[in-house]
Amino acid sequence: MSAHDELHAHGDDHGHDDDLGIHATFSGYMTGFALSVVLTVIPFWLVMGHVITKSSTAAVIILALAAVQIVVHMIYFLHMNAKSEGGWNMLALVFTIVLVVITLSGSIWIMYHLNSNMMPSMMDPSNLP
Amino acid sequence: MSDISATLPADGPKQPLVFLDTAEHHPVNGTLLGFWVYLMSDCLIFACLFAAYGVLGREYAGGPTAQEVLELPAVAVNTTLLLLSSITYGFAVLAMQKNQRNPMLVWLVITGLLGAGFITLELREFAHLISIGAGPQRSAFLSSFFTLVGTHGLHVTCGLIWLVVLITQVLKKGLITANKRRILCLSMFWHFLDVVWVGVFSFVYLMGVLP
Amino acid sequence: MLSHPDLAKLIFGRLSLDSLPLHEPIVVYTFIAVALGGIALLGTVTYFKLWGYLWREWFTSIDHKKIGIMYMILGFVMLLRGFSDAIMMRAHQALSFGDSHGFLPPEHYDQIFTAHGVIMIFFVAMPMVTGLMNFVMPLQIGARDVAFPFLNNFSFWMTVSGAMLVMASLFIGEFARTGWLAYPPLSAIVSSPDAGVDYYIWALQIAGVGTTLSGINLLVTIIKMRAPGMTMMKMPVFVWTSLCTNVLIVAAFPVLTVCLALLALDRYVGTNFFTTELGGNAMMYVNLIWIWGHPEVYILVLPAFGIFSEVTATFSRKPLFGYASMVYATVVITVLSYLVWLHHFFTMGSGASVNSFFGITTMIISIPTGAKIFNWLFTMYRGRVEFQLPMMWTVAFMVTFVIGGMTGVLLAVPPADFSLHNSLFLIAHFHNVIIGGVLFGLFAGITYWFPKAFGFRLDPFWGKCSFWLWVTGFYFAFMPLYMLGLMGVTRRLSHFDDPSLRIWFLIAAFGAFLIALGIACNIIQFFVSFKNREKLRDTTGDPWDGRTLEWSTSSPPPKYNFAFTPIVHDHDAWWMMKKNGFKRPLGGFVPIHMPLNTGAGVIMGAISFVFGFAMIWYMWPLAALSFVALLAVGIGHTFNYHRDYFLGADEVTRTEASRTELLASHV
Repeated sequence: MSAHDELHAHGDDHGHDDDLGIHATFSGYMTGFALSVVLTVIPFWLVMGHVITKSSTAAVIILALAAVQIVVHMIYFLHMNAKSEGGWNMLALVFTIVLVVITLSGSIWIMYHLNSNMMPSMMDPSNLP
Repeated sequence: MSDISATLPADGPKQPLVFLDTAEHHPVNGTLLGFWVYLMSDCLIFACLFAAYGVLGREYAGGPTAQEVLELPAVAVNTTLLLLSSITYGFAVLAMQKNQRNPMLVWLVITGLLGAGFITLELREFAHLISIGAGPQRSAFLSSFFTLVGTHGLHVTCGLIWLVVLITQVLKKGLITANKRRILCLSMFWHFLDVVWVGVFSFVYLMGVLP
Repeated sequence: MLSHPDLAKLIFGRLSLDSLPLHEPIVVYTFIAVALGGIALLGTVTYFKLWGYLWREWFTSIDHKKIGIMYMILGFVMLLRGFSDAIMMRAHQALSFGDSHGFLPPEHYDQIFTAHGVIMIFFVAMPMVTGLMNFVMPLQIGARDVAFPFLNNFSFWMTVSGAMLVMASLFIGEFARTGWLAYPPLSAIVSSPDAGVDYYIWALQIAGVGTTLSGINLLVTIIKMRAPGMTMMKMPVFVWTSLCTNVLIVAAFPVLTVCLALLALDRYVGTNFFTTELGGNAMMYVNLIWIWGHPEVYILVLPAFGIFSEVTATFSRKPLFGYASMVYATVVITVLSYLVWLHHFFTMGSGASVNSFFGITTMIISIPTGAKIFNWLFTMYRGRVEFQLPMMWTVAFMVTFVIGGMTGVLLAVPPADFSLHNSLFLIAHFHNVIIGGVLFGLFAGITYWFPKAFGFRLDPFWGKCSFWLWVTGFYFAFMPLYMLGLMGVTRRLSHFDDPSLRIWFLIAAFGAFLIALGIACNIIQFFVSFKNREKLRDTTGDPWDGRTLEWSTSSPPPKYNFAFTPIVHDHDAWWMMKKNGFKRPLGGFVPIHMPLNTGAGVIMGAISFVFGFAMIWYMWPLAALSFVALLAVGIGHTFNYHRDYFLGADEVTRTEASRTELLASHV
């Protein structure tokens, strides 16, 4: 934890808060909160109320809502935009998302392929989440 | 001081170029960016754990299945706690922006309590699972479940420790810029854990109990 | 030992006198030699009363230049260890034919090839690459230090801590016998119950923390601390390759962390990620570790590409040919390196679609690499090429690396890989690219920047001896392995029956012997250069007529690097300054904001070592204690708000005046 505090710890007190670069607003947090409540309640309701009987449809909807909710959190809570830190934050995020997608989909694809090739007896389409 | 900045000789082909910044040079502080980069690498840690769960999450090995052991009501309560703690941390940041030390500390304490509640519920869930013989050793599904959810919980625990340290530091030093920067770092950390939790409850719990 | 067995077990875990490898004569002799050498070293340091100096000026230093130098020393020391493993393997394989079983028992041989791989990648190549980036990159971007100076020191000591664990495994217990990536199920607790794999896990985890943090640190440094005017497309190529390497480090090392953590959970807690029962899947480990492993290759080689770019431009007296294409090629390699990992396990049993996808992406990655080779060749074309040592390494690299690259493309063809997988052909291939690419690059870089770091050049005669021995030794050592691989000999064998293979192994052993002489020449070179340092002194700060900003400082640079921050107008900033009649400022200096030294990094590194050691030997109370201590020191450090000071203008003036004198006296 000690790692994150740096050089200007004491010499820098004259700098104003704008240097810290975020401008949180009450309405922003409330909007984000309201949206994320809605986006949380819907999937829980879908599953706990057994609204959709087909698993694959439900899974797609859950994942889509999760993706939207993540975007909401990014914008309203993490204050992401294309300009913060000169765009480097956004670039890092996009790169990370690409890698996350590669890691997740690549691993699942490879391992699924492997299972279906090497262990045909255990092959079962429901083996994929 | 301009006499010492380098200029071209008189016969130079171009306009005189200035090669030195003779004022006192302050590079921009990189802590917030650095912390964001750290979060991105943490994000890949979770990506791998999600990948492990994605691959192994249905390997029940004859043991309990996700449908049998995962309890959605408890998860709903936990999610509520974490979401609430997110907005209370937001209020703390708002108070910090207005330099209101005590309201900020109150919001931080509330955030900490909500986070502690989250951890307590999660530990209860784990204890329950282990007591019914669904511990992490039972199957690959449970191994990957415990590790993914546990790693998130461990991060929240670290966040709580950090919160306590930070409250102490604000009490000692006040809302100086260094402390404000740390509050913003922890804010990113806390909201980042929220984002991960969205993935956890969707991918692990909700999709796990689908038939 | 304690009389009460339970208490002893609680305190010492599974560590006992039997864990000391007293039955292995080679290890005992090594231990005696190391112990004597260590005592002599410590004695010398004590005799000359150097402890205070070392502690104040080096161990607690947060100066990026000193940390960079310490990384290089660590890398070189570990190179000696890694190479002694290598030459033992070569000698053993050359002897172990028919009735002779060589001089290494199989379980010792297995530890040696594992340790060789682990040490060479994690504790030689990584520290050296990080060290060069640490030393050179801030100077090249006109910065006074890295973005997080304390973090830099901490990262270094974590790396040292990991290296010490590997070294400790030599004398206390044993190292892993699993190969350098410790694939389960062999590395699972059932097959490897002893402490070897645990040494492996904790050494890499602790060093990995350091590597990740240093990656974040250098990344932010490049983004935030470039001199005014240095836009992205005006950065020196070495800075670009450092940027991409650090991006790769930050994005790849978490994957290794998870992979090893899951293996550790399997071993310590009894989970079933990679076991052979209860749904575990060992292939998932292979999949995960190569998601880290392939980018790792580029983490090592990209900085080397940067070094070659700087060296080629300097010694051809021309700007680098195709700067923009060089940058784009680097970025493309960075992204593509995440899309090829399966080529390390084509034979695992994925279907044709998976294999062909990854085969094709692998072949595509050779295109930007090839573009780079042409850029260097065109830089040399019509240049006034000076064959100084760094340039010689560069030319040797180009020839060697192209061969390695072509065998790589061959291996990228899945059907070819099916017959060459895990054969000595593969071993020859990756030594071809890692020695020919990374190591030659590091040697070029060391020779090139040594005068900057120490103020005197390296002796060229011994350098050339080392160069020729290394290069010819490399070809003798690894070309036979290509032949053997094509004949179907697999890797990691400790005994052979077919006597017709022996001649190739003898040639390879001869090559290793030449490399040993090369390393000896390296060491002699350091001594001779130090002895003749007055003759080899670099008074100008710019011994090679360089092009980038680091050559505008004195050799060695003052601790603040630049009295005034330079303003950059083009790439090859220093070249432009020289061509436009830049005059060094002689007065008007202002105080400089500097970070303060701190001992927290050393202390935390040392506690991490204790923690790792305790975890390896199941000393739970000690592990808990050291973990709490680690946390306490870490948190305690955050209460230190006094981390910087201003270096007075008078001291800057004094330092700069002495340089002025030096420059004037040697015109």
